[in-house]
Amino acid sequence: MELFAFPYMQRALIAAVIIGLAAPAIGVYLVQRRLSLIGDGIGHVALTGVGVGLLTNTSPVLTAVLVSIAGAVGVELIRERGRTSGDLALAMLFYGGIAGGVLLVGLSKDSSTSLMQYLFGSLLTTSAEDLWVIGGLGAAVVAVMLVLRPALFALCNDEEYAKVSGLPVRTLNILLAVMTALTVTIAMRTVGLLLVSALMVVPVAAAQQVTRGFRSTMTLGIVIGVGAAAGGVLISAEADTAPGATTVLLALAVFVGTAVGGSAMRRFRRRSGDSPVTSEPPDVVLHA
Amino acid sequence: MSFVVETEHLAAGYDGREILRDVSLRVTAGDVVAVLGANGSGKSTLIRTILGLVPTLRGGIELFGAPQKRFRQWERIGYVPQRLGAGSGVPATVGEVVASGRLARRGIFRLPGKVDKTAVREALTAVGLLDRIDDPVATLSGGQQQRTLIARALAGQPDLLVLDEPNAGVDAASQEAFAGALTRFAGDGGTILVVLHELGPLRQLIGRAVVVHDGRIAHEGTPPEPAGHHAEPDHEHLHPHAEEIKPAICEWAPTEQTKAY
Repeated sequence: MELFAFPYMQRALIAAVIIGLAAPAIGVYLVQRRLSLIGDGIGHVALTGVGVGLLTNTSPVLTAVLVSIAGAVGVELIRERGRTSGDLALAMLFYGGIAGGVLLVGLSKDSSTSLMQYLFGSLLTTSAEDLWVIGGLGAAVVAVMLVLRPALFALCNDEEYAKVSGLPVRTLNILLAVMTALTVTIAMRTVGLLLVSALMVVPVAAAQQVTRGFRSTMTLGIVIGVGAAAGGVLISAEADTAPGATTVLLALAVFVGTAVGGSAMRRFRRRSGDSPVTSEPPDVVLHA
Repeated sequence: MSFVVETEHLAAGYDGREILRDVSLRVTAGDVVAVLGANGSGKSTLIRTILGLVPTLRGGIELFGAPQKRFRQWERIGYVPQRLGAGSGVPATVGEVVASGRLARRGIFRLPGKVDKTAVREALTAVGLLDRIDDPVATLSGGQQQRTLIARALAGQPDLLVLDEPNAGVDAASQEAFAGALTRFAGDGGTILVVLHELGPLRQLIGRAVVVHDGRIAHEGTPPEPAGHHAEPDHEHLHPHAEEIKPAICEWAPTEQTKAY
């Protein structure tokens, strides 16, 4: 624990917690929409942005933000338009992103270490300046996801109904895409681009094993996300493991726990004969 | 005088395929209009085009006197789709889904207040589902899910309800429940435009029927009177439709009914 006397460990912990908060907050909408893998795809595209940054000696985070926003908006436009070839178009974009990234990073001077840093995360090298960027963008993502929750819920639950309600469907879709891209780029420092999507999806998947509503899933998902991120940093510091991978495995362990617990809970309810439950409060507390 | 819905020589379709060819329809405030027709006749496309979900190819649409492209008072319209949208990766409670119906009235930046909560509870009471408000919609039967969607539309306190085959695959209890809800809505002066496969328990309510065939209006007038054993109140439509009557214009009118004309 004395490790946390060092400022770099404190920064790592704060960064991890911010991302643990933001990733499930946006992930719940992506899961609802059955776009669980979109974060992964945008992560691939962000790698090209990192390559551009390293090659042109500008901030890789900044170029990754710009390129992944372009990629996310592109994906959204493809999704909106094509009902048929969307899947294939996405695949092209993703592989183009990762190939372009590997190529560009390879052309820059310190290639292999940089590539590994972005692919798998390097939480311990988070600088004070990085922390401000992560904190600012993370706060923006969480604020938008909470304030616009009713509108984004309506959009992700039933897009046509949202349209007939007069919601600015296209603007909201693009907003969601941009926010996904921002989350991916701030999270690439913690868990790495290859595992970004896990932090968006796994806490939500774990939460929904025991919840009954959207709001409770979002809340519990964020709690699990923050817990896994903080726990991942602490365990990795003690056990000297990779923080990103530790965090993701911890979240998966919670998922296994809630999946088993949730099915046991449902079986118990069915046996006690009070199903369907009508008076149960919407927020079900996680029994660990 | 302006109409609640007015289409003028409307043609519409997807991907260059024309589904509606030429439809002129007028719905006045307080009307209860049924849109009937066979599968693939364009009856669903008609209401989806009116709502802006299917692109218009030719002709014009006016909603409450304003051209559809410039129409902004969406809170005046309550839409009930055929089923719950595909996005159900995360559980949602009945109350949460119905609360979406308040967005058009409230705006996207305002948080739900007391008025919204009351409207949600009233709408759920109207369809007889208030006791399921905290249950996940996925645990409801098909008919109860359909009633949830009607409650969502009613929660917005619309002037016009647009429903797409609300009877399809719905149990009798649910059919009665929303026939009651629609009767009260119409009784309060609401306008209803409903796509139906058969008139069913809504028969008493329908003031006018529009039969769509091959993208055009084939018949418009009072709904067909039931004849023979179809007139009996406890009659159940257990026989298959349409297959026997090959040159039929529409599935909703079995042979006995057609003879009654």
